[in-house]
Amino acid sequence: MLSYALRRLVQSVPVILIIMIGTFLLLKLAPGDTVDALVGDMGGADAQVIARLRAEYGLDQPVWTQLWIYMTKLARFDFGWSFVHEQPVATVLLDRLGTTLLLMVSSLFFAVTIGTVLGAIAARRAYSLTDNIISTLGLIFYATPSFFLGLMMIVLFSVKLGWLPVGGIQTIPSFYTGWEYVKDVALHLIMPTASLSLIYLALYMRLMRTSVIEVAELDYVRTARAKGAGEARLMLHHITRNALLPVVTLLGVQFSTILGGSVVVETVFTLPGLGQLAYQAVIQRDMNMLMGIVFLSAVVVIVVNFLIDLLYARLDSRIELS
Amino acid sequence: MFKTLRWLAPSLTGALVFAAVSTPAFAQDEEVQRGGTVIVHMVSEQRVLNPALRASTGVYEISGKIVEPLIDLTYDGYVGVLATDWSSSDDGLEITFKLREGVQWHDGEPFTCEDVSFTAMNFWKELLNYSSTLQADLEAVDCPDPHTAVFHYARPMPLELMVAAMPDLGHPLPKHLYEGTDFLRNELNAAPIGTGPFKFVEYERGQYVIAERNEDYWRGEEYPYLDRIVWRFITDRSAAAAALEAGEVQESGFIGVSMADIVRLSENPNFDVGTKGYENNVAHSTIEFNHRNEALADVRVRQAIYHGLDIDRAIETIMRGYAKPGRGPIPSTGGANYTDDVPTYEYDPEKARALLDEAGYPEGEDGVRLRLRHRPAPWGEYTQLWGEFFAQSMREIGIEVEILTNDAPGFLNGVYRDHDFDTANGWHQFRADPAVSTMVWLRSGAPAGTPWSNQFGYENPELDRMIDEAASELDPDRRAEMYHEIQRLAMEELPVIFAIEHPFISVTSKKLKNHHNTPRWNSSSWYDLWLEQ
Repeated sequence: MLSYALRRLVQSVPVILIIMIGTFLLLKLAPGDTVDALVGDMGGADAQVIARLRAEYGLDQPVWTQLWIYMTKLARFDFGWSFVHEQPVATVLLDRLGTTLLLMVSSLFFAVTIGTVLGAIAARRAYSLTDNIISTLGLIFYATPSFFLGLMMIVLFSVKLGWLPVGGIQTIPSFYTGWEYVKDVALHLIMPTASLSLIYLALYMRLMRTSVIEVAELDYVRTARAKGAGEARLMLHHITRNALLPVVTLLGVQFSTILGGSVVVETVFTLPGLGQLAYQAVIQRDMNMLMGIVFLSAVVVIVVNFLIDLLYARLDSRIELS
Repeated sequence: MFKTLRWLAPSLTGALVFAAVSTPAFAQDEEVQRGGTVIVHMVSEQRVLNPALRASTGVYEISGKIVEPLIDLTYDGYVGVLATDWSSSDDGLEITFKLREGVQWHDGEPFTCEDVSFTAMNFWKELLNYSSTLQADLEAVDCPDPHTAVFHYARPMPLELMVAAMPDLGHPLPKHLYEGTDFLRNELNAAPIGTGPFKFVEYERGQYVIAERNEDYWRGEEYPYLDRIVWRFITDRSAAAAALEAGEVQESGFIGVSMADIVRLSENPNFDVGTKGYENNVAHSTIEFNHRNEALADVRVRQAIYHGLDIDRAIETIMRGYAKPGRGPIPSTGGANYTDDVPTYEYDPEKARALLDEAGYPEGEDGVRLRLRHRPAPWGEYTQLWGEFFAQSMREIGIEVEILTNDAPGFLNGVYRDHDFDTANGWHQFRADPAVSTMVWLRSGAPAGTPWSNQFGYENPELDRMIDEAASELDPDRRAEMYHEIQRLAMEELPVIFAIEHPFISVTSKKLKNHHNTPRWNSSSWYDLWLEQ
């Protein structure tokens, strides 16, 4: 187990290296650098100011020198300085990571639990009215773009009904502390979580439905039924555990794609998370920041994949970690 | 029918004439209520809150409440803020400011001439964009007494130009907190200490900035009326419109929501929507030419392009009537320096085609006379639409325009450094005086890579000479005449088409009182703004 973990760790080093170098070079291909973006924001500057900024940021060096400087710093886990935020990259990343993780985890949790339950119900009552209603709902969820859903929810719940806040992660200025603060943040996360999770919810539901129908046909289920196992026990102990395998696979894959989805949702709901930060960093050509985000995302995805593999072994004892 | 009535055109010199004031902000009969928090929407985040380091309306919108300039602009003309009086020597080489006494920085230290001298020499002359050109000939600032500042110039500096520049480019900083530090790295750049009606409290990046009432404000203890101002960064324009409607935000300036939402909210009785308060922030939507392109170097082709543009229709469809046709590099709010006695180019496709024939670009077999690569500036919805409008209009007169979509750094590099374009469009803001704003678009000689300068390959020694002379002409009447000449020449030669003159638009909750009561209101200090509760 420990040696397995160690081997995975060693394997991930070249992966991260390739990702980092690739991203760096790709970003350098984009026209313009962070000074151009800054000057654009400023509404113009004269040539001497621009040249001085560029020298100060080290952007007058050749690309390979810049890459070498960055990678040697990264080897010491120094993410560098963000010239756009005028703060160390690590500080900004840690600041933003919490919001995004909260959004991602709550969305995935919501999507997986509700999705698998609905999928299982639909499968058990396959081709009935319940199944049709659930399947149609899933299709609608899947077909609705998250930004549209987000905006429509804002119009309904914030503008018309006034129940939920339009955006942000907390009421400003509120000065809430303790449970009041937690309640405030939770209230702000309801709509973002809903609009980010519905597409994934639909996916898990479809997958679970197919999976349950498939597993229910298998021989061992018939054997269990012949041995007199009740429907509930059959469902919980025999079918679900096996039917969950493809769902878990998808969960691992989607943990990385949901990071992409959170860019849109964070923008619509003005959530100060990594997705919005990444988008701004591209627009601003904030190299250090973007590299930091890519690094962090790569690490998160690698860790999650590792955890999924462990979960796999737990769910299906035939799978060995080797 | 064109909604030109919506266009507000107060003249900044002399008596004020309002064409049609629909906002009741001047109705002052109500009793002032003290207290409350105003929440302001910001589309983009500048991250620097130091107006002496970065000249940008996005900076002033926040820092203007905290850090005050020497002089501000009101509907009654220029009034002293930290300065009380200003004068110039006869030769124009010396400008003297009398400074306000009894003013304290937010940390309790007194404001003196030392602060002005320090900031002028280290920031205004060295670091501040636009200002470094204006103050290039500044040699020294003397302090004969703590409340007198004497600026010495190597070349004559028109007092009129200096005064016009001060509201934007004249913010002193506290010397005792900056001296001996790395100016660019000083933490106060994002946590400003000024003399203004509000004190900086907190800046949470990507989320908000909070400023609180300054209890010791020099205008008197009744000011400011508000307890607190909060600026919220909302990048999504639809979400911003929703925040306004839900009452979470009370003010959104500089066209912070989409034009469709502006039209919609203007019909909502809870909001004042309009261009009032932006007379000093007027911009031109432009068509820019690369004169290195042989066809575009021919003035007849540029004139043909102007004749091919239905400006009135663009104003109606894109700007929803909140604009008017441009008349060259100086907008109609430019005061005495503006003239409308210039050549114009009415919409006339026939004439455009004739001009193209004459210039030697007849219709080809596929109906195309000329192919151009066009870069639209990514400065928001209406600028993109204006680029598309241009491309469509050109098709009508036989010019095939290929649009090269790019983001901000791509656009700035493509146009201003690599000159990799045939035509481009964007907008350019006029800043009170031609010498510190639109003239840089016509004057040749700016090094490649200077954004919003003449990188168009247009060189006219005669025009360059006129621009230089006007910048140091001391007699205001003579100076105005010189700018009229420049405007006429620019409209004849068309180095750039200043097609549409438009102010910006605010959406403001009717709960705000005394709003948009100066020509640069969103950048001003808001000491007299109050909230109905």
